[in-house]
Amino acid sequence: MTTGTPPILEIRGLRKKFHDVEILRGIDLLVVPQELVFVIGPSGAGKSTLLRCCNRLEEPSAGSVHVGGVDITARSTDINAMRRQIGMVFQSFNLYPHMTALRNVTLALVKVLRKPRAEAERLGMAALDRVGLANKARSYPGELSGGQQQRVAIARALALEPKVMLFDEPTSALDPELVGSVLNVMRELKRGGMTMLVVSHEMRFARDAADRVIFMDHGLVVEEGPPQRIFSTPSEARTRAFIAELGR
Amino acid sequence: MEAWSRFLDTFFNLDVIERYFPAIMKGVVVTIEIAAAVVVTGTLLGLVLAIVRTFRLIPMNALIVVFVDMFRALPPLVLVLLVYFGLPNIGINLPSFAVLWLVLALVLAAFAEEIFWAGILSIPKGQWEAARSTGLGFLGTLAYVVLPQAIRLTVPPLTNRTIAITKNTALGTVIGVGEILNQATTAQSFSGNATPLMMGAIAYVILFIPVVVLGRVLETRFAWRRV
Repeated sequence: MTTGTPPILEIRGLRKKFHDVEILRGIDLLVVPQELVFVIGPSGAGKSTLLRCCNRLEEPSAGSVHVGGVDITARSTDINAMRRQIGMVFQSFNLYPHMTALRNVTLALVKVLRKPRAEAERLGMAALDRVGLANKARSYPGELSGGQQQRVAIARALALEPKVMLFDEPTSALDPELVGSVLNVMRELKRGGMTMLVVSHEMRFARDAADRVIFMDHGLVVEEGPPQRIFSTPSEARTRAFIAELGR
Repeated sequence: MEAWSRFLDTFFNLDVIERYFPAIMKGVVVTIEIAAAVVVTGTLLGLVLAIVRTFRLIPMNALIVVFVDMFRALPPLVLVLLVYFGLPNIGINLPSFAVLWLVLALVLAAFAEEIFWAGILSIPKGQWEAARSTGLGFLGTLAYVVLPQAIRLTVPPLTNRTIAITKNTALGTVIGVGEILNQATTAQSFSGNATPLMMGAIAYVILFIPVVVLGRVLETRFAWRRV
């Protein structure tokens, strides 16, 4: 899988300490273009922290993160310029409640990319269309279901044409019947060639959409491999125990 | 019946009303001017202080907290007298209306800062993170995402506080600012009749009822639809 193609996301020796607790204890991870990498593991394993270090919502304590060849942890790097190339989708959507769906999507286009309003709205509508919500452009987040809100949040990230998208438990806050709509959008993104790093517990989705599954525990990558192998014949005892627990 | 006419004669004496109406009106104008100046400058200064506080520079924030707590703790009358009679001793002579405006604006700023700050703090961290993750900077996030939400939340408490503090323009009477109460007490002592005080009270009601109602309208208008 990783032969030849330079990785779009390259994590080397990543460590993160909160006070005296080491949440990440040396993570190495390469994600190549168009790859969908799934991160699983028990709560407290450091999955979300790993994701949040990839756009420096958390400052890594040690190690490096390169996105498209640029070291985002370097002092000289314009982190705001890098963040617009790294889309992020949150568990709790975090839409701006005082703005319509369209304005949620166009805010960064106008204020960060300095697009004229008309062009920003055209791009915003295109992004909303990709998540199937062009008809909700004028709705406020409070008027949308959780699944719709999360799709608007995906459109907000997508509109900036990121090189890679980070998903932090995107379906965990959703009612079960709304999960499918969000996963379908993610499948579409995968089909369109988007590179994605996903923290989630949606095993069925991982089985049919992920290229690779990473199992993390206690701040380390315990095991990684294609989903079929990780879910059916994991080699590590901790992975087996976790998968068994999920399957129940 | 005699008691009734004595009551009317004391509080609603038509001759007195006619004679002192222009003076009370002059007071109304002064009160409106000072109140408007206090509301605009006090609220703006409070907002600026709250924004400065978001930068979390420890010495700066300590200064802001000391200022805010002092001005919230001290009775405005004490401050008015302190500034009016104190500053000339160090060579600063401010006209009495300027003293009143300055003191009330600072008091309002202190309360407004706390209200705006509480509003800013109440915006979930996820809002900051979502905006920052799209490449928006700290100030952009503050301006477009956090403040618009925070300010909506602050409208009801800020309206109440603003009304409470602008009513303190009546304190101007002790340092000779020609506002409503000053005009009314002067007229009262000249006429030996309480009617001017009643006129002053009515003027305050006419002045502040619309502000109170406006506050209520803003409260409902600024409450956007939530889940």
